[in-house]
Parts: sequence; structure tokens; C-alpha cells
Amino acid sequence: MEVKTGTWTEKKGLAQMLKGGVIMDVVTPEHAKIAEDAGACAVMALERVPADIRANGGVARMSDPDLILKIMDAVSIPVMAKCRIGHFVEAQILEAIGVDYIDESEVLTPADEEHHILKHNFKVPFVCGCRNIGEALRRIGEGAAMIRTKGEAGTGDVVEAVRHARAVMGSIRQLQTMGDEELMAFAKNNGAPYELVKETKELGRMPVVNFAAGGVATPADAALMMQLGVDGVFVGSGIFKSGDPAKRAAAIVKAVTHYQDASILAEVSKNLGEAMVGRNVSQMPEADKIAGRGW
Amino acid sequence: MKIGVLALQGDFAEHIAMLRKLNVEASEVRLPEHLNGLDGLIIPGGESTTIGKLAVAYNLMEPLKQFGQRHAIWGTCAGAIFLSKDVSRDQPLLGLMDIKVKRNAFGRQIDSFETDLDIPELKLATGSTLPYHAVFIRAPIIESVSGDAKILASVPDGRIVAAQQGHLLATSFHPELTGDTRFHEYFLSLAD
Repeated sequence: MEVKTGTWTEKKGLAQMLKGGVIMDVVTPEHAKIAEDAGACAVMALERVPADIRANGGVARMSDPDLILKIMDAVSIPVMAKCRIGHFVEAQILEAIGVDYIDESEVLTPADEEHHILKHNFKVPFVCGCRNIGEALRRIGEGAAMIRTKGEAGTGDVVEAVRHARAVMGSIRQLQTMGDEELMAFAKNNGAPYELVKETKELGRMPVVNFAAGGVATPADAALMMQLGVDGVFVGSGIFKSGDPAKRAAAIVKAVTHYQDASILAEVSKNLGEAMVGRNVSQMPEADKIAGRGW
Repeated sequence: MKIGVLALQGDFAEHIAMLRKLNVEASEVRLPEHLNGLDGLIIPGGESTTIGKLAVAYNLMEPLKQFGQRHAIWGTCAGAIFLSKDVSRDQPLLGLMDIKVKRNAFGRQIDSFETDLDIPELKLATGSTLPYHAVFIRAPIIESVSGDAKILASVPDGRIVAAQQGHLLATSFHPELTGDTRFHEYFLSLAD
């Protein structure tokens, strides 16, 4: 009997199992338990949530493998961890300790300002951020088996997440109306691999699972992203920087499942306590924005 | 015939696409009233803890148990866990099938695998002699079957990966991630 591991079907497939779910940033095993108990479909293990990475400044790197392993021990759901853009050795380390998914993330300080990791070289699947269809398809071309729109992490302001999701969904709708002879120009203008442009047109959706990330802080934010057409939601600082993380986490999980049911959304939005304070992206200096990291 | 797919979390859209490929009417189930008028139900892959918590929160546990008394239900991966009686940890289960399940039994994601299975019942039901290509993702195994439950498929080392109990079906793997509709056809024959 031939047994194959690390195949494209396997890599894409785990992301398909996460659809309709919420992936939560956690910094301790206790947080991870709270997230699992609230119904998270996976957790992102890291030392600091993006809001704290912003506040602390300095170089943000892969988290301590010991912390990641403790979080993996604490929960039964998949555990993701972040490496720096282009830092393939951090990725090798994360693969060696057995994380279920690697996020090659702009939230950490990039290690390479021209190249991303060649993700096809790994057995573990990768998720990468994007702001538009071209960036998404370039990452898939390198082997990303899941995409997330970037938003602006650690702000609690959903405006960039909306901008990026609308850009991606708008381009997919545009592709639907195009003739096949127009696809090469589309590929050129968007910096996207031609074969993946063709595949996206044929499928009428992104060729891999596409979540939203970066600024989701409330159940309404999560449902907004779902109604815009993403497959699920990452919530970073929005949960553990709020007044009642367990309650807010459970409410966001329910909002993603029942994203089309406004009466349920009203119910789960009640009495959640303080949302994260947040930071208005339109008043942020350009140098503070991290979504531009990625090439 | 109309088949529902539990759409609390997971790859329910993939199951719906398979059903539509077979020209079967399919709908999403998120609340108890969505079960009305269905001839069968698929519980998809996903995270069993998430699906269980949402089923409890939206009062689906009793309606699903009652539905399973009369109608066909098929659980893939997380769905198989949810159908089981025992998973050796505290999480909501429907307990409809006399199977004991172990979660993530093959390891973490890097151990997830694809392989061909020999499934005699499937060959018999569909008349096809081709092996069945199965996709396992952080998959559970069925540690044991009891009562009326019977083994449908095992991997070569003997670990059970599919079981059936009357009109109830459990698979550790994901037929919805392949282009092969034979398992869906087999399930539809139980729902008919």
C-alpha cells in the first residue's frame, strides 16, 4: 500500500477543515484552553499578540519553540505558529516541532525583503497574507495552501481587512466576466502567475481557502468579513485584549457560523464588555503599518 | 431526495458540491428547524470540539439524535467523532453509533496521508472494482465497534477507518475532498 504525506491535497485539505471557523491568537497554554473551550477551530501560538508587538517595537521573531510545544500539549485542535517572511530556517524549526500550519507573517519583522519562502519544499502547510489577488496568487505559486487577507494587525480597526477582502473578491468577480484571451494581460497587470489566474477564473473563487485577518474585534466585524465572502476569520489581539476574552471568543465563533442571521448576531453581540481599545488606521503614520510587508 | 449537511463549521460546502454533482438536492443545517423535510444528513469534517459546542449552543443535540433514529446520517472525520459513543475525553457527542473513536490517532498534520483502501461493500454497492483513494487529515481511528456496528474499512495494520450501523455511517477519511463520488452514492443508497 502506497502512503503519501505532505501532498497538496493534504495541505489544502486541512485549511478546508478550518472553514467556517475562527482561528485565535494565544500567548499561553491557558489562553489556548480558553480559545478551544470557546469553539476556536485552531489557535495561533505566539509570544505576543500583534497589538503588543506594535507597542513593544524592536525586531519581532518566531516564538520560543518551548512555548509553542506547551500550547500544542494544552489543546486538541490544530496549532499554527508564525515565522518571518523569507526566514526558511524558522520554518524548518516549526516543521521539526510538528506545528500543524505555518503562518509566514508580515506581523513579524521580515527576514528577506525580496523573497518569500519556497513553501513547496515543506511537508507542513503554510498560510500567507495578501492585500490583493496578485499577492495571493504569488503566494499560492510559492506553495501557500491557505491565504488570509492581511488587514492591519493589532489595530482592532476592520477597515483594512475590508479593503483587502473587497480587492480580492472584486478581482475574482472581474475574472468571471473576462474572456480567456484577456487573462494573460490580467496576470501581467496583477503580477500573478498565469496558470493560477486561469484556475481562479474557472473555479470562481480563490484556489485555496481564504480567511480574513487583521482588525477583527467584534462578532459584527467577523460576520461582515464572512458576508464579504471569506471562508473564515483569524482574530488576533481582538480577543485577549478585550474585557472578557472567553465570552467574546465564544460570541465571535457563533457569529461566524450564523453570519447571515442578524437576530442571532444581535443576541451574541450583547453584553460582551469592553472591546479592545484599538487604533484608528487612517490616523496612523505610514511607517507604523505592516500590511505593506510582502512582495 | 433531499440531504442536509450540518453547516456549523468545517468543509460542508465540499459535501454540498458532491451531492449536487450527483443531482441531489442539498441544504445547509445550522438550526433545528433546518432538519425538517430532510431524508438524510451529512456531518462534515472540521473540528469536532467546535461543531459539538455550536450544536449544544443552538439546541441541536436532541433533534439530531432523534433524526438519526429514523434517517441516514454520515459523519466524515469530525462527523464520525460526533456520531460516536466514546472519544475518551469530555466533549459533546451524539452517541448514535456503537463505536469508540480516538482523535488525531495518526499524529499531527505532517503525518496526514493519502492511500488506497479496499472496501468490499463499496465495490458491491457501486459495481466498481477500483480501489478507493482515501484522504486522511489529522484523522481519528475507530478503536472498536460494538453492538450492531460493523467494520467497513481498515488500513493494512488493522486500524478501523470506516464503520456502519444500519443507516448510520462513519469514515475517518474525507470522500468530499476527492473527485470520487462512490462513497456519497453509497450513503444515498442508505438514505433512500
